[in-house]
Amino acid sequence: MTAAGWLQLLVLIALLGISTPLLGRYMARVFGGTTAPGDRVVFLPVERLVYRLCRVDPDSEQRWSVYGISLLAFSLVSVLFLYALLRLQGHLPFNPDGQKGLGSALSFNTAVSFVTNTNWQNYSGESTMSHLAQMAGLAVQNFMSAAVGLAVAVALIRGLVRRRSATIGNFWVDITRSVTRVLLPMSIVFTLVLVSQGAAQNFHATRPVTTIEGGTQSIPGGPLASQEAIKELGTNGGGFYNANSAHPFENPNPFTNLLEVWALLAIPFALTFTFGVMAKDAKQGWTVLVAMFALWLIPAVAAMAFETGGNKKLTTLGADQHVTATQPGGNMEGKESRFGPAASGLFAASTTGTSTGAVNASHDSFTPLGGSVPLVNIMLGEVSPGGVGSGLYGMLIFALLSVFIAGLMVGRTPEFLGKKIQAAEMKLVVLYILFVPVMVLSFAGISVVLRTALGSLGNADAHGLTEMTYAFTSAGNNNGSAFAGLAGNTQWFNTTLGLAMLVGRFLLIVPALAIAGSLARKQPAPASAGTFPTNGPLFAGLLASVVVVVVGLTYFPVVALGPVVEHLVGKF
Amino acid sequence: MTTTPDLAAPAAPVEAAPHGPTARSRSMFDPAILRRAVGGSVGKLDPRQMARNPVMLVVEIGSVLTTLLFVRDLGRATAADNAFAGLVAAWLWFTVLFANFAEAVAEGRGKAQADTLRKTRSETVARVRRAGGAIEEVPSSHLALGDECVVEAGEIIPGDGEIIDGIASVDESAISGESAPVIRESGGDRSSVTGGTRVLSDRIVVRIASKPGESFLDRMIALVEGANRQKTPNEIALNILLAGLTIIFLLAVVTLQPFAIYSGAAQSVIVLIALLVCLIPTTIGALLSAIGIAGMDRLVQRNVLAMSGRAVEAAGDCSTLLLDKTGTITLGNRQAAEFLPLAGVSEATLADAAQLASLADETPEGRSIVVLAKDRFNLREREVSGATLVAFTAQTRMSGLDIDGRSIRKGATDSLVRWVKEQGGTIPPDLEGIVEGIARSGGTPLAVAEGAQVLGVVHLKDVVKHGIAERFAELRRMGIRTVMITGDNLLTAAAIAKEAGVDDFLAEATPEDKMALIRKEQQGGFLVAMTGDGTNDAPALALADVGVAMNTGTQAAKEAGNMVDLDSNPTKLIEIVEIGKQLLITRGSLTTFSVANDVAKYFAIIPAMFAGVFPQLNTLNVMKLGNAHSAILSAVIFNALIIVALIPLALRGVKFRAMGAAAVLRRNLAIYGAGGLVAPFVGIKLIDLVLVALGVH
Repeated sequence: MTAAGWLQLLVLIALLGISTPLLGRYMARVFGGTTAPGDRVVFLPVERLVYRLCRVDPDSEQRWSVYGISLLAFSLVSVLFLYALLRLQGHLPFNPDGQKGLGSALSFNTAVSFVTNTNWQNYSGESTMSHLAQMAGLAVQNFMSAAVGLAVAVALIRGLVRRRSATIGNFWVDITRSVTRVLLPMSIVFTLVLVSQGAAQNFHATRPVTTIEGGTQSIPGGPLASQEAIKELGTNGGGFYNANSAHPFENPNPFTNLLEVWALLAIPFALTFTFGVMAKDAKQGWTVLVAMFALWLIPAVAAMAFETGGNKKLTTLGADQHVTATQPGGNMEGKESRFGPAASGLFAASTTGTSTGAVNASHDSFTPLGGSVPLVNIMLGEVSPGGVGSGLYGMLIFALLSVFIAGLMVGRTPEFLGKKIQAAEMKLVVLYILFVPVMVLSFAGISVVLRTALGSLGNADAHGLTEMTYAFTSAGNNNGSAFAGLAGNTQWFNTTLGLAMLVGRFLLIVPALAIAGSLARKQPAPASAGTFPTNGPLFAGLLASVVVVVVGLTYFPVVALGPVVEHLVGKF
Repeated sequence: MTTTPDLAAPAAPVEAAPHGPTARSRSMFDPAILRRAVGGSVGKLDPRQMARNPVMLVVEIGSVLTTLLFVRDLGRATAADNAFAGLVAAWLWFTVLFANFAEAVAEGRGKAQADTLRKTRSETVARVRRAGGAIEEVPSSHLALGDECVVEAGEIIPGDGEIIDGIASVDESAISGESAPVIRESGGDRSSVTGGTRVLSDRIVVRIASKPGESFLDRMIALVEGANRQKTPNEIALNILLAGLTIIFLLAVVTLQPFAIYSGAAQSVIVLIALLVCLIPTTIGALLSAIGIAGMDRLVQRNVLAMSGRAVEAAGDCSTLLLDKTGTITLGNRQAAEFLPLAGVSEATLADAAQLASLADETPEGRSIVVLAKDRFNLREREVSGATLVAFTAQTRMSGLDIDGRSIRKGATDSLVRWVKEQGGTIPPDLEGIVEGIARSGGTPLAVAEGAQVLGVVHLKDVVKHGIAERFAELRRMGIRTVMITGDNLLTAAAIAKEAGVDDFLAEATPEDKMALIRKEQQGGFLVAMTGDGTNDAPALALADVGVAMNTGTQAAKEAGNMVDLDSNPTKLIEIVEIGKQLLITRGSLTTFSVANDVAKYFAIIPAMFAGVFPQLNTLNVMKLGNAHSAILSAVIFNALIIVALIPLALRGVKFRAMGAAAVLRRNLAIYGAGGLVAPFVGIKLIDLVLVALGVH
C-alpha cells in the first residue's frame, strides 16, 4: 500500500480516537436520564414543544412491547408518507425539473429503503427526484431511520444494565433526543464544512452549461451538502445523485472524502463508549470497541492493499499500474482520480463495515478480492462498527451468543453484565441471527435460477453470482450499497429487495427489543472470580471470532463460488 | 471399591474415598452395560424418540434419503459412484447409531442400578397397629398414609415414615450402600426411616408418610433410571442454539444447489446431504443428553440423589454456600489442643493428671486428652484397675478418679473451683486469666485439679477439618463465598471462622436468621446452596436454590430440599457444586469443539464438490485430499468417529479445576476452541490417506 494510503488511515484513526470518547460520553448523558449539556439553553425548550405537539408524556416509560409497537407504528407511517410523497411529487412544489411521480414498485422499494436505513437506490437521483422529495422525504428519513437505530441501541443497553425493571425507556423521547441533540447539531456543522469545501447547496433546476471544449453539459442542482452530511453521519448512504460520493458536488476533494469516512464511522464507534458509561464499566465498552475496530481495520487494510496492488491481468496487457507523479497507481478502473485506489478501498471497507452504503468508487470494478471485502463486510451483519445504533445492538446480540457458547465453559449459566442468558433470550438471539441469512440466501438462490431475475445481470459466470448475492446481502443487512452490474428497477427486484430490507430491519429490531425487555426484568448476579469475564482482550477476541465463524460458516459456499472462483479462475 | 467408612468417625472425609454399593460402582464401560447399549442404540432409531433431538433427527432423515438414493441408482451408476453412495449412507447410519449408543451407555449404569433397587422393593407384609392396639397384617403395597406399623429386628420396613416409638439400628445399605448400621429413634432429627431398609435390632413403630408407588425408593428408581428425565433449563437453551445452527446450515446447503446450478456444477443430493450432516452440530447434538445423564450419574456415584437436573445446574451457578459448622467445617467434637499449667506446676505434671483423670472417660474429648498427653510427654495409658472411677454427671459436671490416695478431677471451671474449695484449697489468681484467654480464642477450658490444688487447664478446641481451609481457598478462587452457620456465640464463631478461612459467619443462628440470610443473598443476585437435616431447616432448604438434605434427617427436611445426601456428609456440598460446574463445562466445551470443527469440513468438502468444474478451487483443498469421493467420505467418517472418540469425555466430564473463570476459559478455549479448529484437519487427512489406500476413487 502507498504511503499516502497509510497516512490517510492513520489520520482517520486519530480522528476516531478523539471523537469516540467525547461523542460516546456525550450520548451517554443524552440517553442516560440525567441532565445533559445544553438542556436549559436550547434542547429542553425545543423538545418540550415537540412533546406537547405530539402529545407525548416524556416522563412515562414503556415496556419493551409498547416501545416496539411505537417504533413499528412510527416506521409504518414513515413508509406510507414517503410512498405517497414519491408517487405524488409531480403535483407538488420544489420541482424545478418537473420530475414525474414514481411507479408503485419503485416507490415501495425506495420508501422501504430509506425508512429501514438501507438506502438502496433503484433510481438515479438527478433524473428521478424533485427537491421536495429529496428534502422532505429522503432527508427526513435519513434522520429518522438513524434515530430509530439509536433508540433501539440505547433501549438494549438499558435492558442490560437495569435491574428488575419492567420498562426500557420511552421511544418517542429517545428518537426526539437522538435528532435534536445528536444528529441535527452534528449535521449542521458537517454541512457547513462540506459547503466550505465546495459541495453544492442550492434549489437550482438542471442547467445547461457550455464546457471548455465547447460541448454542452447538463448540471443538476439541489440541496446536496445538507443531505450529504446526514447521509454519512446517519449511516444512510443514499446519494443525491446516482454517482453518490464519487460525485464532486457530494464529495469535492480528498479532505472531504476523509471527513466523510470519519462521519460514517463516528457515531457507531462512539456508541461503544456510551455503552461502557451506561453499564458503569468502561472496560466493557472498550471490549466491544476493540472487537469492532479489529473487524473494521483488517478488511479496510485488505481492500486498500488489494486495490493499490492493481490488477495483474492489466499489467500483462501493458498497462502501467505503478505510482508515479501523475497517477496514483494500482487498480484505477471505476475510481475517481481525485481519490485513487487507497482512498477508495478505505471508503469501500468503511461504508460496508457501517451500514452506510454510500460509495466513492464502483465496487463492481474492484479486483475480485478487493470486491469481496465489501461483500464479506456486509455479510458480517453490519457490526464492524455497523449502522448508527444497529451496529451496537447487533454486536451486543453477538456478545450474548458468544457468552452463551463459551460461557458454559467456565461452569456457570452464561451471564452478560450479570444477567443470565437463558432459553428465552437464546430463542430471540437465534431468531436475530437467522432472519437475514434466510432472506439473503433464499432470494439470491431463487434469483440465480430465475430467468426474469437473470435478465437483470450485467455479467455472467462467477461475477454475476457475486452481483446477485451482493444485492440481497446489501438489502438484507440494510447497507444499501450496490455492487453495480445489476439492473434493480424491475418488479422482481423492487419487491424482493424491499422485503429483504423490511425483514433485515424490523425482524431484527423486534427480537432485540424483546431481549432488552427480558433482560431488564432480571436481577443481575454480582461479578465474582467465577464470573465469565466479558470485559477484556480475551472476550474481544472471542467476540470477533464468533462473528467471523458464524458468518463464515453461513456464507462460505456462496463466497467460494462467487469472488473466490472468480479470483482463482482469473477471468476478469 | 466397597470401602466402608468408619461411622464412628464421620470426620476426615473431606477427600472422601468413593464408596457405594456394588451396583453403583460398576464401571461405565462394563461389558454388560456396553452390550445392552448396543441393542439400545438400535431401538432408539424410532423417529418418535429421535424427535427429542432435532440435530440427530436431521441426520436420520439424511440417512434414510441417502439409502433410498443408493438403492435407486444401484443399477444405473458407475461402480465408484455406487460404492461412494453406499459408504456415505452406511456412515450416516453409523453417525446416528453412535449418538444413540452414547446415550444408551450413559443410561446403562442407572438402569443396572435401578434393577438392583427394584429387587429390594419386593412385596413385604406390614403389621399395622389399629386403634385399640390390634395388629393387622397388610401387604406393603396397600399401606395408607398415617398407618402405624410395628417393625421388629430382622424385618424390612414396609414404607417411608417417621418413627413414633422406639429406637432401632437399621441397615440402610439398600439405599445408601453404607453397610454399617445407623441408629434411628423417635423424636428429634433422626426419626425418619426408608421403606426397603431392614431393622437389625430392637422394635420400632413407624407412621407411614408416603403413598404406595411414591416412596423414596420408587422415586430413587425413577431418578437413577432417568425415567422422567426432563431437559434442564440450560439444556433447553443450548438445544435452541443447536436447532438454530441446524436451520442456518440447512439453508446454506439447500441454497447451495441453485448457486451450483448457476455455476454449471449441479450437485448430487447425496453430496449435499453429506455436507449438511458434516456442518450441523452433530458432535454436541449426539452427546448432549449423554452428558446430562452422566452428570446426574456422577452425583449418584457420590451417593447424592438430585430430585431434578435443574438442581444440578443450579449447583454450578451457586455463589454462596451456607455451611453448618459442626460436621462440615469442624470434626464435630472438641479436642484437647494444649495443656496450660498454673504457676509452679510443670506441664508434664498437668498432662499426667489430666491423662489419669481421662483414662476412664470414653467421650471423644476424654480420648483426645489421653492422646495429647501421649503425644506430648510420651505418657502411656496405664492400668487403673485399683482406682475408683468418678463418672461425669450433669450435676457435678466433673469426672476423674481416686487412685492410690490421689483424687484427680477435671471439669468445667466453676464446678472444679467449687470442688477445690470444698477440699479446703485456694484458687490461684492466674487461673481466671488462662480460662478467659481460652474462651476468647473460641475454645473451651477444662480445669484439672488434684486434691486441693488446681494444676491447670486443658484447652479444648473445636478442631477444624484437615484440608478444609484449602478447600475454601479453592472455592474463593472459583468465585464462591462460604458462610459458616453456627449456634456458638460470636467470639467462638469468629475464632473458628478465622481458622477455617470462611468468608463470613452467622453466629447464634436461629432458623429465622438462616432464612433472612438466604433472602438477603438472593436479593443481591447470589444463588445459595445449603445443607440441613432438622425439621426446622426445612423452610430454609426449600428457599435455598440448592438444598441438600441429609438422609439421616427428618422427612420434612428431605421433602423440602432438592437433593438428598445418602451419606449424610455435609462437606459433600462442595463436591455437588463442582459436579454442577463440570456438567456445564463439558457441554460448553463440546459445543465449541463441534462448531469449530466445521471450518475444516468446509475446506474438505467445498473444493471436492466444485473442483470438477473449477479445477482452480483445488487451491482451497489445503489438506491435499486424494479425490472428491475420498474427501467427502473422510469428512463424513471423521464426523461419525469423533462422536465415539468423545463418548468417554462426555461421560466422565471435562476435568474440573478450581480456578478463576478467566483461567478456566482461557484453558478450555485453547483446548476445545483452537483444538476443535485443528483436530479435524489432521483427522480428515488421516482418514483420507486410508480411504485412498483402500482404493476409494
